[in-house]
Amino acid sequence: MRESTIVKEKPWQSENVREKTRRGLARSKSLLLGRKGNDGLIPKIIIYVLLVSIGFIYLYPLLYMVSQSFKSLDDLLDPTVAWIPRSLDWDNYVKAWHVLNYMDTLGSSLLNSVLPAIAQTVSCAIVGYGFAKYRFPGKTFLFGVMLLTFIVPKQVIMIPMFLLFKEYGMLETPLPFIVPSLFAQGLRGALFILIYYQFFRTIPVALEEAAQIDGAGTLKTFFRIILPISMPSIVVVFLFSMVWHWNETYLASLYLGNAMTTLPLELKTFNDSFKAMYTGTSKLTDVNESIRMAGTLLIVLPLLILYLFAQKRFTQVIDKTGLTGE
Amino acid sequence: MKLTKRRREALVGYLLILPWIIGFVLFMAYPLYFSFYMSFNKVLITPYGIETHYLGWSNYKDAFLTDPEFSQKLFLFLKSNVLMIPIVIVFSLFVALLINQPIRGRGIFRAIFFLPVIITSGEVVQELFSQGAATIPLIEKYGIVTMLQDNLSPAWADPIVGVINQFILILWYSGVQILIFLAGLQKVNTQVYEAASIDGASPWVIFWKITLPEVKPFILVNLIYTTIDLFTNGFSDVIKLIQDNMFKTDTGFGYASALAWIYFAVIFVMLLIIVLFFRNKERGVPAARR
Repeated sequence: MRESTIVKEKPWQSENVREKTRRGLARSKSLLLGRKGNDGLIPKIIIYVLLVSIGFIYLYPLLYMVSQSFKSLDDLLDPTVAWIPRSLDWDNYVKAWHVLNYMDTLGSSLLNSVLPAIAQTVSCAIVGYGFAKYRFPGKTFLFGVMLLTFIVPKQVIMIPMFLLFKEYGMLETPLPFIVPSLFAQGLRGALFILIYYQFFRTIPVALEEAAQIDGAGTLKTFFRIILPISMPSIVVVFLFSMVWHWNETYLASLYLGNAMTTLPLELKTFNDSFKAMYTGTSKLTDVNESIRMAGTLLIVLPLLILYLFAQKRFTQVIDKTGLTGE
Repeated sequence: MKLTKRRREALVGYLLILPWIIGFVLFMAYPLYFSFYMSFNKVLITPYGIETHYLGWSNYKDAFLTDPEFSQKLFLFLKSNVLMIPIVIVFSLFVALLINQPIRGRGIFRAIFFLPVIITSGEVVQELFSQGAATIPLIEKYGIVTMLQDNLSPAWADPIVGVINQFILILWYSGVQILIFLAGLQKVNTQVYEAASIDGASPWVIFWKITLPEVKPFILVNLIYTTIDLFTNGFSDVIKLIQDNMFKTDTGFGYASALAWIYFAVIFVMLLIIVLFFRNKERGVPAARR
């Protein structure tokens, strides 16, 4: 009797186990592969691996730059030193700082990027507002023309602009960047108008009507009501405009000539300036990769700092601005 | 004088866009006209002003017939861009899809992926490039490059190898595109996804049937943006050539303008092809849209 119960129990037990494993498998399957969408473990892991590796590729040049810039000449020539230098060699930075004439160059770089950026942020907002909220004859045509200007390469209009600015004595000053920016032109002005246009269109008309009923004129409505709630798009436009002006070397070298220089421009002449400053006949004082990398890092540093502060705002903002249209 | 509401609105509208109209005339229309005019002339800068001699089409003819570099460089540049543009688009869509997932540390990843938007300075990138910071050591190690060179004709192997060598560069040109795709992805109604997954659609099917059609307009925007970005940045050999010709005494502004206009025409045709191609595709699959 006892034996038979045991025998009987066994298949029952194994059935239980089988059931359990089946359920367990199903659970782990849904855990691994996910029941819907990408909430399973395996897709998650794949996504993270991809993100981390792509992120590494993005950071690689920066890391390389930082690592290289701290290497002394010995570390640089030593193949056993791959990433982490034996000692932090700040001397590279000191030299690069002097070669770039950092504070002066930074000043003129800021002058040539912040001022045009402010001008563009304001002027493009006004124009974008006009296009977004007012009806007038020929609007579609003008808007089309505005979009078309985006595809005109600056190389086509650069020569006449150069002659124009020369005629008005604006060369060798930041004015060739500021003046067109005041009129909603300049670097990628059409794109900024478009960003504002898209944003302003999402603001309900009722808001302006309410302001008008309360006796606010167009300008007052625009500056007191519309602009304060448009901060996201303002931040995006300002940041883009400033960054693009900062990085502009092609027009900058043409317009500024030898009178002014910006940080990215200085990188071009880095070797020559270095030799002029540290004229060394010995190989030891010659310019090397580490010093160049230190210089490069110094050049992108202001943008990195700006990005560090604006980054959170910037990435959040993209959700709200609807950067592009349908 | 009494203004109707409609008239008043139009007047205010014109006033608001007036800065742009002035700017357009001064800094776009006039320079365009002037450079077009110069392209048909021999332009000399003399102490007394600008002197022009009418040449007819000869600047344009010279560009293709006598200039040893121009047409060759233009062709090479076009070839590498035709390869690069699709890669940039596919890659940026891929990254946008990744960071649109509900993942932890999304903020950090976003911050990293938007980094190129900040540091895309021609000079800095070029510097990194020349110091070897912009190539992936892994690719060289596994001999992919030599494999390609062995198996393909040089006409195709060279541009592909060029693309591989500039891979990081390509990624670094995708910053704004990722942004645009992300903005597009976030406009897709999440309920559509939920409905689809309840109906048993796999993520793969959801991507092709819902996500892709929804971001299609953004693909076009990105194609246009990428084309313009690649064509107008300082990396282009053609642009360097144009700049060199500006200050050469035997060629000068006239010839440089002609080159710039040819270049512009090429960009325009390229964009036209993209838009037309896109339109045709759209018409081909009417069920996919709306």
